[in-house]
Amino acid sequence: MFQYIVRRILLFIPTLFLITVISFGISRLAPGDPAELKAGVGGEGAMRGNQQLNEQMINQIRAQWHLDKPVWYWTLFSDEKDASGKLKPLSDRLTFKWNGTNNQYQYWLSDLLRLDFGKSFQDNRDVLEKIWERVPITTFLSVISIFLSYIIAIPLGIYSATHQNSRLDKISTVGVFILYSLPSFWLATMAIIFFGGGDFFAWFPNNGLHSMNISPGDPWMTRTLDYFWHLVLPVAAYTYGSFAYLARQMRGSMLEVIRQDYIRTARAKGLSNKMVVYKHALRNSLIPIITIIAYILPSLISGSVIVETIFTIPGVGQLAFQALTARDYPVIMAEFTLSAVLTLLGLLLADILYSVVDPRIAFSKKSS
Amino acid sequence: MAKDKEKILLDAAEREEQSKAKSRKEVNQSFWSLVRHQFKKNKIALAALYVVFFLFTIAILADFLANDRPIMAKYNGTLYFPIFKDYLVGVGLDRWDADLVTADWKELDQQGKLSSTIWPPIKWRSSNQDLVNNTAPPGGNHLLGTDAIGRDVLAGMIHGSRIALSIGFLSMSVAILIGVILGALAGFYGGWVDILISRLIELVITFPTFFLIITVVAMFQAGSIWLVMILIGLTSWPAIARFTRGEFLRVRNMEYVAAATALGLSNRRVIFRHVLPNSLAPVLVTSAFGIAGAILTEAALSFLGFGVPPTIVTWGSVLNDARGNISAWWLAVFPGFAIFISVLAYNLVGDGLRDALDPRLRD
Repeated sequence: MFQYIVRRILLFIPTLFLITVISFGISRLAPGDPAELKAGVGGEGAMRGNQQLNEQMINQIRAQWHLDKPVWYWTLFSDEKDASGKLKPLSDRLTFKWNGTNNQYQYWLSDLLRLDFGKSFQDNRDVLEKIWERVPITTFLSVISIFLSYIIAIPLGIYSATHQNSRLDKISTVGVFILYSLPSFWLATMAIIFFGGGDFFAWFPNNGLHSMNISPGDPWMTRTLDYFWHLVLPVAAYTYGSFAYLARQMRGSMLEVIRQDYIRTARAKGLSNKMVVYKHALRNSLIPIITIIAYILPSLISGSVIVETIFTIPGVGQLAFQALTARDYPVIMAEFTLSAVLTLLGLLLADILYSVVDPRIAFSKKSS
Repeated sequence: MAKDKEKILLDAAEREEQSKAKSRKEVNQSFWSLVRHQFKKNKIALAALYVVFFLFTIAILADFLANDRPIMAKYNGTLYFPIFKDYLVGVGLDRWDADLVTADWKELDQQGKLSSTIWPPIKWRSSNQDLVNNTAPPGGNHLLGTDAIGRDVLAGMIHGSRIALSIGFLSMSVAILIGVILGALAGFYGGWVDILISRLIELVITFPTFFLIITVVAMFQAGSIWLVMILIGLTSWPAIARFTRGEFLRVRNMEYVAAATALGLSNRRVIFRHVLPNSLAPVLVTSAFGIAGAILTEAALSFLGFGVPPTIVTWGSVLNDARGNISAWWLAVFPGFAIFISVLAYNLVGDGLRDALDPRLRD
């Protein structure tokens, strides 16, 4: 078991490496000079108009960020120029030059390993700090959403499976399938338009987490109620997708288990239906359901980009969206890398959970 | 009494004959006709398939359903088919007369210069701006209203179906191409090829796909449909590769493959003519779900304002406009419904196909 986990972790290293390369590669291939972007945003006002000073500053930033160094460990094409100052054709420039560790990627990676994601282009604040202060809200939303989807999906799935082809089963199967295909960004937009104060009902607030007229001096109860009132629509938009997926899986898994021989045995020895379902079938049917949490986890991050943007909730997803529209490279790269790491952790968690809840799975031998 | 007995016997014989005929028929059925038969029994999946056909028809006929030019019109004594002619001009086979190059056909019609005209049902193209009617609610000139700069929503829906379908199909073609080739290589050759490709599959599966696509698209700000298609294709092939690999592993050791090899056929012929056709079923199911996923991803990207350039109207971009104006409910209801219906239809078709291909569910 321990050996297995260690091996899984070791297997993640090449994936992680590739993800850092992709993240780095995107930021370098993207149009626009990061140093100019940085100078343009950081040096509002005073720097404008002074060409020489600007250039000086850009060069300074370049040196400081190692942008004047080669990009990668080796160079395949030199930037030799012909007499007129134009680059020679690619075929003439093909060389192989080893640059050693004094390259941009190496610097970026070693910063990354020290959890130093650099500073945001937008406000020059530490990227990790910016992300970190938004983590609680996104986590809170995710936890509520996961909790709710499990608490509704499991009983519904059990009922559907044990009462297969009953009217409620048919209704819930169709309903769940429809929910599953409903795009969350549509449902969220519709919720705002119809319940969030458009021309229809103004039942719920449509943005933020606090009302304007609520101050920190108000009683605790009022503030909490206001907070949860703001959460109703985002949580609903956040939850229904994973709920629908879970309910489908739960029904399928339960249906498969109650057809097993040992369930027939349990029934044959005269156990009550309740006993058979909840004591014998439920445990095994929960195995795939528990491990799904690991797949839901990373999807919540990408989901948060949409939901938090729509409802203007100051979470990690909204930060990602803002960074993407402002082309704030350091923040984007940090968010990308972190979400990749979370995806990997989720998969690892799934493997470990599998081994914990299902002793039938063997790890030492290859199963095939 | 005796008559009754005779009747019973006759009935029994008839039944037997019938069941024999039935089983003979079933034996003669090919795999795919069996699948078709099985699929047709699933009424919901069949209905979904009709929805898919319907969407296809709309996408193909989009120019004839919503256009600012008539399908047929007589002008100065000459009969024109402006939409057809546009196609020909587009490929360089024809040329507009000087006075008609920038002609506004609607104006000509109003001035009474056209006769025997046939107009498309919707007289707007998705990019046309109705300057006097922006953010107009449904009704009047615009059946489903207009967006903030006066573009007709219904025309946007009709032309948007083209974008949605081409995103779905082209990105899945990219995914199928990569997935089937890699999966086939891994499954057929095994050994270190298999190990290498399996690692690659594992690697790409663990990518945070949506975030990767949105990052790349946002970074290369000159968004294009092609970039979105290729990115979706490049990230969704692992599922197909996995299934193909599994099928190849299964089929590889079957007798007919051994027979084909013993006949001296080349590996390529064995793969393409014998193994591949028998391994395509799960690929089909995965692609149906993949198309739904691709349409959803593109819509989400356009909704967030990334992806296709703003001049192109897609279902997601119309929905995006609704965010800026929460009173314009028609900008949210219709495009979202279009996205939802197509995603649901492809998911249902995928579900139906999977059930139809599952021998355990056959009766």
